[in-house]
Amino acid sequence: MNMASFRTVIGLEVHVQLKTRTKLFCRCSTRFGAPPNTQVCPVCTGMPGALPKLNRRALELAVLAGMALHCEIPRFTKWDRKNYFYPDLPKGYQISQYDLPVSQNGYLEIGDDQGRFASKRVGIIRAHLEEDAGKSMHDEAAGVAESRIDLNRTGTPLLEIVSRPDMASAREAKAYLTELKLLLEYLGVSDCNMQEGSLRVDANVNLHIDTDSGTIATPIVEVKNMNSFRAVERALEFEARRQYDQWRQTGERLGDVPKQTRGWDDQREVTVPQREKEESSDYRYFPDPDLVPVVWSDAELAAIRQRLGASPREVRSRLIQEAGLSAYDAGVLVQQGPAMIAYWDAVIAEGVSPKRAANWLQQDILRLLKERSESIDEFPVSAEQLAELLRQVESGKLNTTRGREVLTVMVEEGRDLVSSMESLGIREVDASELETLCRELLQKNPSVVEDVRAGKVKAIGALIGQARKLNPNADPGAVRNLLMEMVNRS
Amino acid sequence: MIDSATVEKIARLARLELSEAEVERFAGELGRILAYVEQLGELNTDDVEPLAHPLDLTNALDDDMPSPSLPREEVLKNAPAHDGDCFLVPPVL
Amino acid sequence: MSLTRSSAIELNRLFVSGEVSAREIVQTYLERAEQWDRRVGAFLELYRDEALARADELQRKRDSGAELGALAGVPISVKDVLCHRGHVTSCASKMLQRFESPYTATAIERLLADDAILIGRTNMDEFAMGGSTENSALGTTRNPWDLDRVPGGSSGGAAASVSADFCPIAIGSDTGGSIRQPAAYCGVSGLKPTYGRVSRYGLVAFASSLDQVGPLARSVGDLAVALRSLAGYDGRDSTSAPREVPDYAASLEEAMAGVRIGLLEEQLSQLHPAIRDAVTGAAETLASLGAVVEPVALPHAEYGVATYYLIAPSEASSNLARYDGVRYGLRVEAADHAEGGLVGMYGATRSRGFGPEVKRRIMLGTYALSAGYYDAYYLKALKARRLIQDDYRRAFERVDLLLGPTTPSPAFRLGELTDDPLELYLQDLFTVTANLAGVPALSVPAGLTEEGLPVGIQLQARPFDEARLLQVAGRYQAATDWHTRRPRIA
Ligand SMILES: [Mg+2]
Ligand SMILES: [Zn+2]
Repeated sequence: MNMASFRTVIGLEVHVQLKTRTKLFCRCSTRFGAPPNTQVCPVCTGMPGALPKLNRRALELAVLAGMALHCEIPRFTKWDRKNYFYPDLPKGYQISQYDLPVSQNGYLEIGDDQGRFASKRVGIIRAHLEEDAGKSMHDEAAGVAESRIDLNRTGTPLLEIVSRPDMASAREAKAYLTELKLLLEYLGVSDCNMQEGSLRVDANVNLHIDTDSGTIATPIVEVKNMNSFRAVERALEFEARRQYDQWRQTGERLGDVPKQTRGWDDQREVTVPQREKEESSDYRYFPDPDLVPVVWSDAELAAIRQRLGASPREVRSRLIQEAGLSAYDAGVLVQQGPAMIAYWDAVIAEGVSPKRAANWLQQDILRLLKERSESIDEFPVSAEQLAELLRQVESGKLNTTRGREVLTVMVEEGRDLVSSMESLGIREVDASELETLCRELLQKNPSVVEDVRAGKVKAIGALIGQARKLNPNADPGAVRNLLMEMVNRS
Repeated sequence: MIDSATVEKIARLARLELSEAEVERFAGELGRILAYVEQLGELNTDDVEPLAHPLDLTNALDDDMPSPSLPREEVLKNAPAHDGDCFLVPPVL
Repeated sequence: MSLTRSSAIELNRLFVSGEVSAREIVQTYLERAEQWDRRVGAFLELYRDEALARADELQRKRDSGAELGALAGVPISVKDVLCHRGHVTSCASKMLQRFESPYTATAIERLLADDAILIGRTNMDEFAMGGSTENSALGTTRNPWDLDRVPGGSSGGAAASVSADFCPIAIGSDTGGSIRQPAAYCGVSGLKPTYGRVSRYGLVAFASSLDQVGPLARSVGDLAVALRSLAGYDGRDSTSAPREVPDYAASLEEAMAGVRIGLLEEQLSQLHPAIRDAVTGAAETLASLGAVVEPVALPHAEYGVATYYLIAPSEASSNLARYDGVRYGLRVEAADHAEGGLVGMYGATRSRGFGPEVKRRIMLGTYALSAGYYDAYYLKALKARRLIQDDYRRAFERVDLLLGPTTPSPAFRLGELTDDPLELYLQDLFTVTANLAGVPALSVPAGLTEEGLPVGIQLQARPFDEARLLQVAGRYQAATDWHTRRPRIA
């Protein structure tokens, strides 16, 4: 049986938590991890008579994100109620945006630095503001019959970013998410922390299958419960295969069955049908009479646009063009986030060569951060200190190996450069000291001298190793040069 | 009249549990009320902007400055069931 | 004059001057209420001890020479729809019968800041839905003029509490006539302020785009003092208007020569004759006081009831979704229900917690917003609402005030209209348009029927022109004595 050829069609709905101190419609804190129901008030618990008041910062962050996604920012935007019952939804409706979102019609450019797919623009249908629900906890294992409701999360500002179905593979979907997350981090709009629920992804996926009688589309499935980008990639790969098999068995096309929701089971690596919220299709959206619209002036939008910093894409091309990095190196650095780029810029500002800085950051700094589970903000060696170290390496005063040892001491003992070098006994070896060392070595190893004279230049390597043991501060390059000179002279 | 199936569908959406007698009564009453409000059909509203707010206020915004939340005892004091930390509800079956 | 017939302004003067103690005032009113409210049923609760304690506290404040608020020493009743920390706010519903609010409504905070003494909470139609107070789940209120008749509603307890001289001022709320209609039925003055004039924060919502808090009193002078206290911008209510509050009492003194009054002639057909006479009589009186009276029309006003009974229930269906048995209020466990668990609990709680009128409106509103009906009902009503507001705008280009009837007929008998919701809704014909357009409107007593029942006339003004409204109504009361007639409760 031949596989018919098909294309996967993927659209993503991403909810990100905006980086505000307070909730979207009340001034309760959004701090993560507080004891249950300690960050709630009459507004976010939906007490009778309480009224919402829009958070200016949340609104501005939403606009900022919209601008970075090349969206139109309509002059008029308003809030609507999405009505449904759920115990973690205190008012019986979610305040969201229906027909006039804060931003719409943009795109995000994605590329693959390994060339597995061509760069492309993924369309953004809309990015709108809405409030989050609370948390329902059900502990079936403990045999507890009741669900527990914590409303701390309720009312947290979310930006819902809805893409067009422009992604053709799980890999592209992952690239989109990676680039989107990075963009929002660079903007300072969101922490995009999936563990803390500040970034959540739902996917709509179906297949366009070429058959003898033309292209047909399979029913669109919404996939939920994907708790990492890796999970998104695997769930979408799985779902494409599953839909293909399903089509082979049933021949079902788009429109034949109602839209299905499936959840990703990370353990079993399959998607499974999810129970729909009853009557979920009829949300009875209408304008929230408790909130008034926002009308933007040119000046207000211009002021927000001023806060738009460089996007990761722009930073990447800056690193390639100005610092001469390879696309790959630039990609790896930018991927680390805006704090790493700030660190990089500070190192470069001290006059370190970009190539050397890039090597050290990518190899040593990233390894150390990983080992220490630290972010660059927490890294004990400042950009200026690292630059000082790299200048020593650059000037040849320290070789790379020695440099690494110094860095380790700086990191682990929190010492500055000078004190770290001292603690390793590093000092400059002067010319006469070096000459004495080399002369001794040649005297003790006449056979090496013979070999070199006979043209086996490589034999000198053994002496360099011995030199390092006798005096770790001796620069191997200088030792080699002097040894060769002495052999040739004698 | 609207039919009882419609009344039952609306009641489910509104999470109201109606007795058979109520369904029948609402079918009649809602039917009559809807017949009355349908007089709005007489109005030509082709070029009329809907009016959702009587005042044209805009941009009612608050600064992102935390203010104290309620003490948890106050949050939970009216709850039909709680465990001191959380509200308790019957499980979603 | 006895204390129970004194105006709020006079009571305040007596207290501030030291002629009467606050305790004496409060005690006098409490005793009268305790003696007669068994017949009237205006109150759901009298705050006896608290009111006396507060009277003593105010007395100390006065005696210490501290400055006192404009309502110092004035006993005030509050419709049981405003949240008051540490007090039950029931909305006359089984749903909230034992709900103790953890916060206080802005309107109540303002009254307390002006040193008012709250003496109790008054009965109402459940969740302010109805025009007779017969929809209260917690008790019957009777019209003090005829105990077999309704006091009107939904602020029936409020109107009855003033009519029966249990307090000089009552605070009510008006969504489609709920202050003005019971004021007319009970022979007192009642004012619905401009939408946005008084904060709705802490007012339990019925229909958020229509609800306003307002005062009822024995005279327009007292309405002016009460409104001055209630009104003003509140940052917690997004629909609160950022505008100065004028000194309404001062404007009462202004002469009314040249004021242009539009007589709503179309509203004079199919009226109870006593009401028609009251309106035409008032037109003559006002003309004799120097007003220019001319006929004016609101061509779309006849669509007001249809428009209102789509918009108000739609908003209500969403506003009342929060009563779900999860965080506060009634919960009915669903063990014996077809659907157990959460869904069963929702259904059982809401079915037993809400009375028939509330359910009827939730059903109507849910229907009007649901998929397939939204455009034909809800959206159509929003457009009709625009036409009605435009009518007002045009009328106010010609005249300063509109004069017409408050209700088509005087108070009806208890039980007389309970079988026919539509008939009851039509009683709101003259009052709903002010809410739809957002304009201020008041009702003042202007006659008696042959049976001795009071009837009211309605004056309406441009948005935020309460000063003019009070000025003209005040002149009218200075020239007539309808507002001084009192029922004999025996
Ligand atoms: Mg959403
Ligand atoms: Zn809150």
